[in-house]
This record gives sequence, C-alpha cells and structure tokens, in this order.
Amino acid sequence: MNNLVIITGLLYVISAVGYILFLFLQKHYFHRVGQIFLATGFLCNSILIGFYFAKTGQIPVRNLHETLLVTGWAIAGVFFAFQYKFKIKVLGGYAAPLAAISVIAAFFVPYKTVEAQNVFNSIWLILHVVSIFLGHAAFAMACGVGLLYVAQENAIKTKKHGFFYKRLPSLDLLDSTGYACIITGFTLLTIGLITGFIYAKSVWGKFWSWDPKEVWSGITWLLYAAILHGRLTVGWRGKKAAIMAVIGFIVVLFTFFGVNFLLKGHHGIFTR
Amino acid sequence: MIEIILLGINHKTAPVEIRELLTVSKEEAAAMLDAIKESASVNEVVLFSTCNRVEILMTAGDKADAIETVQRQLSRFKNVPVSRFQQSIYIYEGDEAVRHIFRVASSLDSMMVGEPQILGQIKDAYFTATKRKSSGVILNRLLHRTFFVAKRVRTETGIGDHAVSISYAAVELARKIFGLLEGKKVLLVGAGEMAELAVEHLIRNRVKEIFVANRTFKNGVELARKFGGTAIRFEEITDFIQQADVIISSTGSPDIIINKEQVKHIMPGRRNRPLFFIDIAVPRDIDPEINKLNNIYVYDIDDLNGVVDENIEDRNKEAIKGERIIDEAVISFRRWYDSLDVVPTIVALRNKIDSIATAEIEKTMHAMDIPENEREALYRMKNAIINKIMHNPTLLLKRDGCHGNNSVYIDVTRKLFNLDE
Repeated sequence: MNNLVIITGLLYVISAVGYILFLFLQKHYFHRVGQIFLATGFLCNSILIGFYFAKTGQIPVRNLHETLLVTGWAIAGVFFAFQYKFKIKVLGGYAAPLAAISVIAAFFVPYKTVEAQNVFNSIWLILHVVSIFLGHAAFAMACGVGLLYVAQENAIKTKKHGFFYKRLPSLDLLDSTGYACIITGFTLLTIGLITGFIYAKSVWGKFWSWDPKEVWSGITWLLYAAILHGRLTVGWRGKKAAIMAVIGFIVVLFTFFGVNFLLKGHHGIFTR
Repeated sequence: MIEIILLGINHKTAPVEIRELLTVSKEEAAAMLDAIKESASVNEVVLFSTCNRVEILMTAGDKADAIETVQRQLSRFKNVPVSRFQQSIYIYEGDEAVRHIFRVASSLDSMMVGEPQILGQIKDAYFTATKRKSSGVILNRLLHRTFFVAKRVRTETGIGDHAVSISYAAVELARKIFGLLEGKKVLLVGAGEMAELAVEHLIRNRVKEIFVANRTFKNGVELARKFGGTAIRFEEITDFIQQADVIISSTGSPDIIINKEQVKHIMPGRRNRPLFFIDIAVPRDIDPEINKLNNIYVYDIDDLNGVVDENIEDRNKEAIKGERIIDEAVISFRRWYDSLDVVPTIVALRNKIDSIATAEIEKTMHAMDIPENEREALYRMKNAIINKIMHNPTLLLKRDGCHGNNSVYIDVTRKLFNLDE
C-alpha cells in the first residue's frame, strides 16, 4: 500500500517538474511529460483510493493520511476537467505541485487505524465527501487562475511585459476560466452542504449543530455566493474577481485544514 | 574546380539611391539570366531582387571573368555605369556564398530580422531561373537546401514571433486582453496611416463592428465606407465608448479628447467589460490617467514602441539560434559539394565495381575449389575488366564536359551507381 503511495507521489512530482520546465522553457514536450505523468499518477491515485475503499468498505477519509490522498486525487481530476475545457497550459505548473504536495504529505502522515464505525456507512456521506472535495479542488483552480490573472493584468497594466506576458493566455480566457471554476466549486459545495445536512440529521438527529467546520463551511459558502452575486449584478470581474478567488481559497484552506487543528468539533475525528 | 559565387548589394552596403537604380523586375531578371548564361565562364545562375537587395548566385569555372560578366550585364540592363555600384558590391565564394544565401532566405540578413516575405521572393526567383533553364545541378541542390534551412530556422526558433510594427503590436495586445477579437467593436477616432493599418489588422481578426468618428463628418463617412463601418459624430464619442471594446485614437488635436471622468462614468454601464485604448496621436488624445481605472488599459505611442523594441530584441536573440542551424547546414552542403569532385567520384566508382567483382569471384572460387595459381589469374582478369569498364567513364568525367561543367555527369554517375549511400 505504502509503495503505491510512493509511486503516486513520484509520478506527481515528475509531472510537476515537467509542467514547471514547460513554464520556463516553453518546450512542448515538457508539457506532454507533465500531462502523461499526471494522468498516470491520477490513475494510481484512483486505484489507491479504490483499494482503501474495498478493504474497509468505507470512503477513505477517516484520517489525515487518507484525506490528503483524496485531496491530491481531487486536484488532479478537477485540473484535467478544466484543462480539457479551457486549455490553459501553464496552469499545470500550479496544479501538479499541489497534487504532489498532498500525496507526499500523506506519505509522511502516519496511517492511523480507525475502527470501523457505522458512521462511515451512508450514501449521503459518500456524496457529501466527494462533492466537498471536488468543490474545494475547483476553488483551488480558481485561486490558481486568479493568481495568473493578477500576474498577466499587472504585466499589461504596467506595460512591463516580463516573464508572464508571453507565457500566459489572454485576460479574457483567464477571467472566464476563473468564473467557471467558481461556479463549479460553488455548485459542488452547495450539494456537499445539503448532503451533509441530511447525513447529520440521520446520524446526530439534527441538520446543524454549530460544529466549527459547519460554521466555516457556511462562511465559505456565503463568501462565494457573494462573489457570484457581485459578478452577476454589478459586474465584479477582472482583477477584483481574481483577488476574491484567491481570498476565497484561503478561507477554504482554513475550513479544510485549519479548523481541524485549531478548533474542536465532530469533523475532527476524520481529519486530525 | 567549379566555384559557387554570390555577388550582390543590400541595404547594409548600399544606400537606397543606388539600390533603387539596380532593382530588377521579373521580366528583366529572365532576360538577364539568358544574357549571363551566354558567358562561357558562368555555368549556372539564379538572380533575385527585392527592395532591399539584388543578389546573383552562380557557379563558374573562371571566377574573375564571371564576376566581370555579371557586373557588365547588370550595368547594361539597368543602364548604370559599373563604377556607380562597384563600391557597394560584395562577393562571396564557396562556403561563404552558401552561408549568405542561407542567411538571406532565413531572414537573418533582413533589415527586419524574421520578416517572412524574403523566402517567397527567393522561391519566385528560383522558379524563373528553372524556367529559363539557367539553374543546374549545383544551384538546384543549393536552393532546395536553402528552402529547407529557412523553414527549419522559422519553425525551430522564434525569429518570426511577436509583432515588430506599431499597428500589429497593438493588435497583439488587444488579443492578450480580449482573447478572440471576434465580435468585438472598434471605435476609430481621427485618421492616420498607423491607425488605419491597425483597424485593418483588427478587421482581419474578424471584429464585429467599426465606428469612425472624425471632426469633419464627411471624412468620417468616407473612412467608414472604406472599412465597411459606421460614421458617427464627434460629439457622440462618449456614447460609443460605452459600446466599443477597442478605441484607436489618432487626431491632430492639441488637447486631450477623452478624459478620465468621461470614461469612469461609463464603466458601470458596461458591467466592467474591459476597454483598450490605443493612442497613436502626438500630442496624446487620451488622458493617461485612464490607465489607472480598473479593467481599462491605455497604450500610447511610446508604450507601443517599447513593446516593439522588446520584440525586436527577442528576435535578435532567436537569430543566434538560427545562425547555429545555418552553420550545420553549410557544413552538410560542403560535404555534398566536395563529393562532386571528379577524383573522389572516379575512385568511388572503381571501388564499387571492384567490391562487387571481388565478392562474386570469391563466391565462385569458394564453390569450385580452384588452385592458388589459377586464382591469381582470375584476379588479374577482374582488374582488367574493371579497367576496361572504367576507361570511358573516366575519360568523360575528366574531360571538361560542356563549358567545363562536368558536375552534371558527376552527379548522374553518383546517382546511377548509388555512390552516396
């Protein structure tokens, strides 16, 4: 099992190196290397998760080790989906290292055996977990695209066309990609929250229990709702939208990891 | 030995006053090729002429006479005394001539490095030369190599990347902001060569609509008709900025025409869709402060010049890579050219026949078990046969073929017996 974690991590690292070399040298074959290794890594990652699933019959997010593996998997998967649609080649230089870091971190986190609990057996939980992870990965992409937007906009605005100007696509493409990422992320987050409520009701008998994770997820949801609302009504776009996407993701990171370590609550048992 | 010689003038060696005297039209080129070919010392010749250069590429036995002939013909056809242009002429021989034609075709020798027209012009010239049958084995090979090298330089380096003219740089910027320009609206304020060129580039990028504003409405109408656009009144500019995506301004006005307040108020109405101002006018038409507003970009003529300079610098860096490709190509051409020498060809032919004959004799002897003294007789016979076979080809190849141009026979021989394998 550990070997497969190492292999997956290694594939992601090679992919990350390929994508980063592509960013600097702009040689197509580096991009190809990045793509192929990320795809292979994703496959290994999927097998790994499937393996955990089959072994325990439960969705493998029961400890930090498993959670990080699913995080890497979600980032790689969501990145491929957006790459297919928008083809921002340099984005791989952001997504592949993220996936690599997640899986490497998983390797160093000791595997804590968790007793089989009935709490983990529910279709609602599976839906809840999958959509939250994919949603957060989409927000991660929105943040990456937002950073690229800020770099490109800065180059055009200040008229100092440096490293990024030639390597990055048009502002319009970056802006619409970021928007699509946020819409996708928001939709998945909404589904994740609703299924979470239903699951909570079935396990703890109430929809909402002021668990810190719940509260922060609510804040995240409201923040992205505000971003989308601003865009649709007064046209928050461009740099402002890009910066919002970055801030939004910082809040997501806090909700995802920070809450587990700093605050207490029932989610803690999964991710501590 | 026949030499490749290149004689020419270009923008580096001659001022435009001399270049324009020597520009050769297509018809003149054909006639000149015929005339030069008449000379006994010139074997093959290709000539091409652009606004920046005249180049005559030839192979010749008698170098001095060939150069003199070409200069005389150039002087005769263009009716310019040789003394007028002799100072500006450069002459390259052998590898240097090959390198020069490679560099010219790859656009490394051009006034604007990386400009794409030159290759087409050389192709046309070569087509003329083949029609006049003035190009032979060596120049055919050389020009095919030239086209190949030029293509390689273009695809493997970035010498053709990024705009090096103001108007094209502006369009490239617009594409970095808007992505596809399809469906975008353009407002042209004023008129002027650079501005109109930019509009034409934009039309080629399939923008949706062109509005033209001019102080004199009538002029605006005319210009609008030229672009298939709509003329608007000068006072309506603010309303149309609301709709437009790209605004190109080039008026003779001493004051600013579009100010910050004007633009600030229209942005909410556009729901912050980006706006790109291209200010080609001097003094400027567009308040530079507008660049500070969100989602609005203002480039004036100096900014665009800055972009162009940066791109030129990039091209020059890429040109160094191009030179490396050319160095390789010159060496490989030299290898082929040397093989055209008579002696190596005769030796190669003899070796080939010898190796076939020896192999066959040995095969036979192996099967028949022939005593030692008879074997020697067989080898002697083999050598005699080879000498007889080689006699006529050697004579032909060593004799000066037509006008000393035996490269055709050498080439045929090498191909016929596959000596280059």
